[in-house]
Amino acid sequence: MAAPGVTTLTDVDAGRVPPALRGILPVLIALPVLALAEVLLGASPFATYLLSVVGVNIILAVSLNIVNGMTGQFSIGHAGFMAVGAYIAGVTSLSLKEVALSFLPVAASDQVLFTVALLAGGTCAALCGFLVGLPSLRLRGDYLAIVTLGFGEIIRVVVQNTEAFGRALGLSGIPQYSSVAMVYFWVFLVVLVARRIAGSSHGRSLWAIREDEVAAEAMGVDTTGYKVRAFVISSFFAGIAGGLFAHFVPIINPGSFTFVKSMEIVVMVVLGGLGSTTGAIVAAIFLTLLPEGLRSLFGALGAEGSLAQKVDQIRMPVYGLLLVVLMLARPQGLFGTKELWDVLPRWLPRKKKGLT
Amino acid sequence: MSQLLQHLINGLAAGTIYALVALGYTMVYGVLKLINFAHGDVMMVGVYMGYATAFALGRQAQRSLWGVVVIFAVAMVGCALLGFLIERFAYRPLREKPRLTALITAIGISFALSYGFQLDIGFLPGASPRAFPEVITPSEWFIIGDRDVVIWNWQVISFLIAVGLMAALQFLVYRTRFGKAMRAVSYDHRTAALMGIPTDRIIALTFMLSSALAAGAGLLYAIKDTSVSPLMGLYVGLKAFVAAVIGGIGNVPGAVVGALLLGLVEEFVVGYAASTWRDAVAFAFLILVLLVKPGGLFGRVAAEKV
Repeated sequence: MAAPGVTTLTDVDAGRVPPALRGILPVLIALPVLALAEVLLGASPFATYLLSVVGVNIILAVSLNIVNGMTGQFSIGHAGFMAVGAYIAGVTSLSLKEVALSFLPVAASDQVLFTVALLAGGTCAALCGFLVGLPSLRLRGDYLAIVTLGFGEIIRVVVQNTEAFGRALGLSGIPQYSSVAMVYFWVFLVVLVARRIAGSSHGRSLWAIREDEVAAEAMGVDTTGYKVRAFVISSFFAGIAGGLFAHFVPIINPGSFTFVKSMEIVVMVVLGGLGSTTGAIVAAIFLTLLPEGLRSLFGALGAEGSLAQKVDQIRMPVYGLLLVVLMLARPQGLFGTKELWDVLPRWLPRKKKGLT
Repeated sequence: MSQLLQHLINGLAAGTIYALVALGYTMVYGVLKLINFAHGDVMMVGVYMGYATAFALGRQAQRSLWGVVVIFAVAMVGCALLGFLIERFAYRPLREKPRLTALITAIGISFALSYGFQLDIGFLPGASPRAFPEVITPSEWFIIGDRDVVIWNWQVISFLIAVGLMAALQFLVYRTRFGKAMRAVSYDHRTAALMGIPTDRIIALTFMLSSALAAGAGLLYAIKDTSVSPLMGLYVGLKAFVAAVIGGIGNVPGAVVGALLLGLVEEFVVGYAASTWRDAVAFAFLILVLLVKPGGLFGRVAAEKV
């Protein structure tokens, strides 16, 4: 960018954009792009669906990265929080289906109710994150992993046994309020929050915990407090992702939020690089589109239908092997803690330095 | 009253099997400070090895005493080899790296095994569960009252096998040179290496031992359930891990007590509440124990040194 040799994030655009505008500049750029995407994709349901799935996975990966990457904890129950968000938002929307805000046009009223449902889901997920985090974050890293895993399983069993959540059959008929613009609005929000945290003093404390918890505590970092807060923020966005997901798929059931889903998100974060927000985004896009791409490739090649189906089966063992190979060959993931602009080739525009 | 007794017996029978698997977690954690997530899946592979052997033996031979011995031997030796390979190629290169790295690797292996076995390519068995052959023909050995309390022969046999294996393990750990070396490595593996103990070999042997135990436990579980599926490792493994943590991970008697407790709790939930809640209870129990005693029932909470 314009200021060579300058090393902090806030200085990058300095001198060009008035300070008052700097904070909301990304929104001003993002809004027209989102609107354009919405118009262009209106015709193709499959593209809309795929883009929404990619967006939801980005939200999940970036939010998990706050806990697993920045704070150095290891949560493997992210799908549990996603399930909380999906079910709470789904039930809220279902019960508000007949309600319309009279002072607004129907479409706008629907979107307002959708936002309310999403926030309800996110808040409940955050609350669960707090409940899980408070006791378990006092524990060592590997205990935390197993407790988060256990939490995910408990959520699944609770859903399977609750009449209001449709038991094993799941919830169907949730109004399809979601749109690409809405999904990517939240993508934008989670990325903004993650990047802001990474650069703030709060983020510095998280990095300190990640590098050495004992040393961080000795330096006066309230480790439990910071870990719980990271957990709450992360699970809030997981809940939002779940809520969005519930509003564009025809049915949600406990099978969508198993250990497998959690692992998928973990693989995205580890592949992208523990601590790299853009890495998580790139990995989420790549790992979501790759199976789809392979499936349509095999389909187009006219290979026997079984091969295209096998893509889904083979995905899981490949994820497992991918984790092993990554840990052996490149334990920091593709980007490490660097961001995309730190690893771009020299001739492309780049920021001078990442945050870490 | 008789119902209570029956649940008690079933719970203990399930608990002894969990205990065998939990011992593997605890031993590996003792020497490596690593939660071997793939342990349950090694167990699953062992069960499939036993399954294949039983079929190779044929219907007649698999029910004879020697058939059963051969099935157990093949599965246990095969799993020991698998454990050795996993340790050698996945964990050993990471030994000096941060612990999280090894944990992620373990999760990766677990995933690769449990979902790899769901493919139906080549020798892999495919996702659907299969019936495990009745290597022990079930019969009722003890009947109290008017069939109020029934103890099956496989319950007694698996209890005896499990207790026998545990006794052998106890002897090995506390009465042999290998056991002494293992305890030394567990105490401090750098110092142990300085004292001339071949730590790499001890760790590899510990892995093989725990994998062999897992195979034995898995076979007992498969005989009890009369089925085998690629996902059994994930669930039995998780339960056993929960048992090990409840007892205080790294603590051998603790793992046994934790496993028996877990077996009983699960059985009572199934018996008196609803079976659909069974999977949640293990974890709720775990979280409860960790809340009250973060080191498990018998574990010490080691102060972290810098």
